[in-house]
Amino acid sequence: MARKILLEHINVPGINTFDVYRSKGGYAAVEKALKTLSPDDVVEEVKKSGLRGRGGAGFPTGMKWSFLAKPEGVARYLVCNADESEPGTFKDRYLMTYIPHLLIEGMIVASYALGAKTSYIYVRGEMMPQIRILEKAIAEAKNKGFLGKNILGTGYDLELYVQPGGGAYICGEETALLESLEGKRGNPRIKPPFPAIAGLYGCPTVVNNVESIAAVVPIINEGGDEYAKIGIGRSTGTKLISAGGNLRKPGVYEIDLGLPVEEFLYSDEYCGGIANGKRLKAVVAGGSSVPILPANLFMKTVNNEPRLMSYESLADGGFVSGTMMGSGGFIAYDEDQCIVRNTWNFARFYHHESCGQCSPCREGTGWMEKVLHRLEYGHGKMSDMDLLVDVSKKIEGNTICPLGDAAAWPVASAIRHFRDEFEWHVTHPHEATTRNFGIAHYADPLPKLEEAGS
Amino acid sequence: MKVTIDGFPIEVEAGTTILNAARMIGGDIVPPAMCYYSKLEGSGGKCRTCLVKVSKGSEKDPRPMPKLVASCRTTVMDGMEVQNITSPEVIEARKGVVEMLLINHPLDCPVCDQAGECHLQDLGYEHGAAKTRYEFDRRTFERIDIGDKIQLHMTRCILCYRCVFVADQITDHRIHGILNRGDHSEISTYITKAVDNDFSGNVIDVCPVGALTDRTFRFKNRVWFTKPVEAHRDCHTEGCGGKVTLWYKGEDVLRVTARKDEYGEAEEFICNTCRFDKKKTSDWVIEGPRKVSHKSVISSNHYDTLKPLPVVKTNPVLMEANKEQFERETRL
Repeated sequence: MARKILLEHINVPGINTFDVYRSKGGYAAVEKALKTLSPDDVVEEVKKSGLRGRGGAGFPTGMKWSFLAKPEGVARYLVCNADESEPGTFKDRYLMTYIPHLLIEGMIVASYALGAKTSYIYVRGEMMPQIRILEKAIAEAKNKGFLGKNILGTGYDLELYVQPGGGAYICGEETALLESLEGKRGNPRIKPPFPAIAGLYGCPTVVNNVESIAAVVPIINEGGDEYAKIGIGRSTGTKLISAGGNLRKPGVYEIDLGLPVEEFLYSDEYCGGIANGKRLKAVVAGGSSVPILPANLFMKTVNNEPRLMSYESLADGGFVSGTMMGSGGFIAYDEDQCIVRNTWNFARFYHHESCGQCSPCREGTGWMEKVLHRLEYGHGKMSDMDLLVDVSKKIEGNTICPLGDAAAWPVASAIRHFRDEFEWHVTHPHEATTRNFGIAHYADPLPKLEEAGS
Repeated sequence: MKVTIDGFPIEVEAGTTILNAARMIGGDIVPPAMCYYSKLEGSGGKCRTCLVKVSKGSEKDPRPMPKLVASCRTTVMDGMEVQNITSPEVIEARKGVVEMLLINHPLDCPVCDQAGECHLQDLGYEHGAAKTRYEFDRRTFERIDIGDKIQLHMTRCILCYRCVFVADQITDHRIHGILNRGDHSEISTYITKAVDNDFSGNVIDVCPVGALTDRTFRFKNRVWFTKPVEAHRDCHTEGCGGKVTLWYKGEDVLRVTARKDEYGEAEEFICNTCRFDKKKTSDWVIEGPRKVSHKSVISSNHYDTLKPLPVVKTNPVLMEANKEQFERETRL
């Protein structure tokens, strides 16, 4: 049975209330940090834990905190990025819904470590139930003396606010989030300066994902060294994975980083295999922005070793035969799924969500979407695949923020690994239009079952 | 701080951007800039035409930067080495940007009032392809009169944000901005409002393409048939220097614009009174003909005295290459 750290008490009735959460040892990390540790000690523990940002980039959290500028007389802010909206990713929403006090507790500890007197949880505007849940939890914590003035008599003051977001995917990019939080249009800022130097209202700011902040609680409770013992290599601790697609048991799972992907996919403890006895065709391992991999490449690394659910192992092979952990949005596709349609669907999303500030992203995402649309509906040409690859290259790396990369990678990787299927759409326009097709039509649609590890 | 751009070294103040360092050197190594405007705070970084490659970060950390960077928003570090026209990667990226910009910008140069003064036109000639690969419908918009002096052609807009910055920074209130997002973005005014403050005319000058045009000049003439003359007047509007360029056709002043530098940026912004209401020669103190770059189409039919040859800049790389070639040819 895998250990659970973040989701340990998730099934306890009433765990979303302060009293039940407290009765299960909740807010012990706040007491320990504020009463026995200095802010620098807390940062040191997080550094020791090796915790990497759970929002997608995987940057070491402790190191990020240590970059925070600390000029005299200037406010510092902690902002929790709860703008989760990547297709396939829904783990933060789960955490906020069922165990909101874990996030509140993490926010208090992290704010203390960073010297922030005011902190914000920026929640995606559509997540109204979660906003209400968090507001209620904050009110409870404040009534019990864990927020506000002179927390637990330690002299530390903290005000915590929930801010509904702009309802745009781009507002999850940290600088666009800060713009939105300041009441402006959610356009990404040009970096540098980074938020650690000039963030919210021009003050030093740390922006962390919900899961990263929640993970600070067990790190402080058990110590950074203990946390670092979980996982493998530089991928320490546990990770929430939101598993979706054609799985027998989709849902949010907490795994030890380093778990073999085969076990995650096929064991009954986790996803339980592919639904309806179908075969696995492809996997998007970390949310829609990461490269899609066919089943055979997903199961094995370049050296033919079993692939693991870790930042390094998933990235093994680079973009030729690897992918990324991303935000943990795990999507499995069975043999009946159309990769062209899926790629068009992703492209449609990124086209819709591009902020429009920089030219390659503004124009390129729309261009890719239109080409994919015609391919999907049987009007494509053989040259379209090369065109898409070229346009994606023109976007990748040339934009203000990573949304351009996020739009380019799924398209480029889908064509790299499933070109046959794209070509089939061109050579069989009628079947593509009527969606009267199946696995048998594709030239080389699937890996052998043994290659897929099932 | 010492920075080397395409092999040319220069010493600049800390905080100088790569683009401005390149402008100090001058010549072909200056990256193009469609959205950056040195007089407008916060401008730049959006169009991505000024992307360059930093092949050496600094003396302290010589690692190259992993991605191309926007030269207009990246400040130099001591010992930094930058490649602009010497990097095939940069040229390729810039071609890509031009292709993207031209997706929704019509090539209606024959009727566009910006023809001859259009930065995208120049960029298209330098980096564009002969034909486009884009086969879908372009965006279409009706022309909009935003006030009695300015017309907006949204089809031509490349969303550089310059006009928004002008309205924010040099007028007393902004009533226009960018609506929607992605390729649905468009410049628009606040419901039924017209842009009519004292300095609103400057949005025309900063527009790098022909999206915002001067209604008092539209279709009066092609710019290369006019004669630009530098002039000034004692203007009492606060913030206006009264230094302008008058664009003559015969004895008539067809247009008044701010005086611009070699990068097409206004030296000083001017008020609407100078721009729209003073179109008689008697309103102005004439200083003399405006110097026009020989590369510009505006220089057509404008004869000037023969200039001395420019000073040839020392380029050790080129000198070494010439020496090698000379030796090779001598040997052969």
